[in-house]
Amino acid sequence: MNDANMKVSICGVELKNPVITASGTFGFGREYAEYYDLSRLGAICVKGLTLNPRQGNRPPRIAETPAGILNSVGLQNPGVKHFIEHEIPFLKQFDTKIIANISGNTIEEYCRMAEILYDSGVDLIEMNISCPNVKQGGVAFGTKADTVYHITQEVKKYCRQPLIVKLSPNVTDIKEMAKAAQDGGADAVSLINTLLGMAIDIYTRRPVLANNVGGLSGPAVKPIAVRMVWEVASVVDIPIIGMGGIMNGEDAIEFMLAGATAVAVGTANFIDPLACVKVVDGIRNYLLSYDIEDINSIIGKVELN
Amino acid sequence: MISIYKRPYLCTIVKKEETAPGIFDMTIISEEITRQAKPGQFLNIRCADTLSTLLRRPISICDIDKEKKEVRFVFQVKGEGTRLLANRSLGELLDVLGPLGTSFTVDNSFSRPALIGGGIGVFPLLFLANAYRSSMDVFLGFRTKEMVVLEQDFKRICPDTVIATDDGSYGVSGYVTRLLEENIKQGKNDIVYACGPEPMLKKVQSMCSAYGIPCQLSLEQRMGCGIGACLVCACKIRTPKAWEYKHVCKDGPVFWGNEVLFDE
Ligand SMILES: Cc1cc2nc3c(=O)[nH]c(=O)nc-3n(C[C@H](O)[C@H](O)[C@H](O)COP(=O)(O)OP(=O)(O)OC[C@H]3O[C@@H](n4cnc5c(N)ncnc54)[C@H](O)[C@@H]3O)c2cc1C
Ligand SMILES: Cc1cc2nc3c(=O)[nH]c(=O)nc-3n(C[C@H](O)[C@H](O)[C@H](O)COP(=O)(O)O)c2cc1C
Ligand code: FES
Repeated sequence: MNDANMKVSICGVELKNPVITASGTFGFGREYAEYYDLSRLGAICVKGLTLNPRQGNRPPRIAETPAGILNSVGLQNPGVKHFIEHEIPFLKQFDTKIIANISGNTIEEYCRMAEILYDSGVDLIEMNISCPNVKQGGVAFGTKADTVYHITQEVKKYCRQPLIVKLSPNVTDIKEMAKAAQDGGADAVSLINTLLGMAIDIYTRRPVLANNVGGLSGPAVKPIAVRMVWEVASVVDIPIIGMGGIMNGEDAIEFMLAGATAVAVGTANFIDPLACVKVVDGIRNYLLSYDIEDINSIIGKVELN
Repeated sequence: MISIYKRPYLCTIVKKEETAPGIFDMTIISEEITRQAKPGQFLNIRCADTLSTLLRRPISICDIDKEKKEVRFVFQVKGEGTRLLANRSLGELLDVLGPLGTSFTVDNSFSRPALIGGGIGVFPLLFLANAYRSSMDVFLGFRTKEMVVLEQDFKRICPDTVIATDDGSYGVSGYVTRLLEENIKQGKNDIVYACGPEPMLKKVQSMCSAYGIPCQLSLEQRMGCGIGACLVCACKIRTPKAWEYKHVCKDGPVFWGNEVLFDE
């Protein structure tokens, strides 16, 4: 076999391969465009956007922990209008799909952003109701099933593009949240966002992050993320975008076997700017070595003991 | 064919020496980095191929030798990352991203620059001194005698390099900022370049503003990507009305002194 089908489809939007950049780890793509042709990606999910520009939290905003990092950026971004005017034209040069990741303080703000993005040319909208780094909104909408259902239903009314709901792992039962998103009309779910964590400098007796707490990502969270993707896959029919600690093609395959239709790569971009394309190549190598003609044939195909 | 894209370079370690307790002087080979590097820029180094210390570590370029394609950097062992880096052996390949960030403005129309560095902030100034090679003043501060490094390297370029130690065990006793102040009071320098701990940078900034001299400061912040995408390395930069968060890895590490806003 010398080639395999890498195409996957997320609610009617076809991705040339299942690899997406995780929101907040890839900016608006400009920096990584100096390292490779962004057309090699399945999709680019941009930095989390808000209605108005945000400065984000005080530094230090990052702490390294075993096999992971804690971050507390706090959604620093230039606002959705600036994104449409200045970043979409840049991203449109590449033959890939664009996912806008949106956050708000109120349901109205989310709806307003979906409205503003109506004619923007983005291919998909990812609603972040799971940011652990902002006081209002964010994760507050993502931890109770009835609010997940309600916000999804409301925002969906204003969306032209398929709506992905990004779920928080900081809940007792993520299956409930995923079902609520599906019932509310979500076209897909993505998971996981970061796990709330903390690191303390024992010599100064102060938290390393100025914000005291932050979101954990990287290989340390991968087993939790795989388990959650597998759990969610057992209760929803809509596509799942899996993420959390993916460093290479093998990790991506693990998420797909658990039930993800596509995967996102975040923290790995910091260690290797070429991480995403290496994940694409790694997936292809796996398919070729095991004579798998179509990537779609492995989705959810974990064989339980 | 030369690719138009940047990439991390795998560079052979050709020199490694512990020049003071816990201070390592390392040289790697990279034609690409020597071709692009400017004084003040840094490298983001993968200290070891392990998931336990996941992130790269930012380390300034201390000097380059274009002919020999050598890139030199000096680092202090602080925690696990720099400890792993210090354990790397000659002949091994080091995964290096860079050169990254902004550089010091080298402009020969300045008549006499002053370079001031404290602690690990001393290291990037050697590359800058080499880029000037004209008359200049160099002030280097160290904690104590046994931590003094690079003295001969600086004296080869600037024989009057002044060394100070906090405890007075070597050279002039006390903080280097006092020496700089005497100089600029007498109107000797028309630009100042500073790298070192924040209290030192603050002092240089207020002194230069009081005497109306431009200065450039090299800032430090904890980093993720090192290339401007993750936005973790925030620093406050003045805007016409107030301030905004810029990023040390891409907008810096070198900023003009009057742009930088330090927290009280
Ligand atoms: C632009 C820039 C240039 C630098 N140049 C030099 C140099 O030439 N020589 C030198 O000895 N040191 C330099 N440093 C500081 C050096 O990056 C840190 O000492 C190093 O990252 C510590 O890593 P560690 O694993 O040993 O320590 P740990 O404390 O275990 O590191 C934990 C985490 O905090 C980060 N961190 C800790 N201290 C610092 C710091 N001071 N600045 C930024 N991040 C930090 C680490 O990168 C890591 O992510 C520079 C820093 C910056 C930002
Ligand atoms: C520095 C940083 C910033 C992030 N910003 C956002 C964001 O703006 N919106 C969002 O939905 N997720 C954000 N995330 C979460 C990631 O998209 C992803 O869900 C998480 O990091 C897990 O994937 P990883 O382990 O591959 O990084 C951020 C993560 C990091 C590390
Ligand atoms: S370290 Fe990622 S933006 Fe500076």
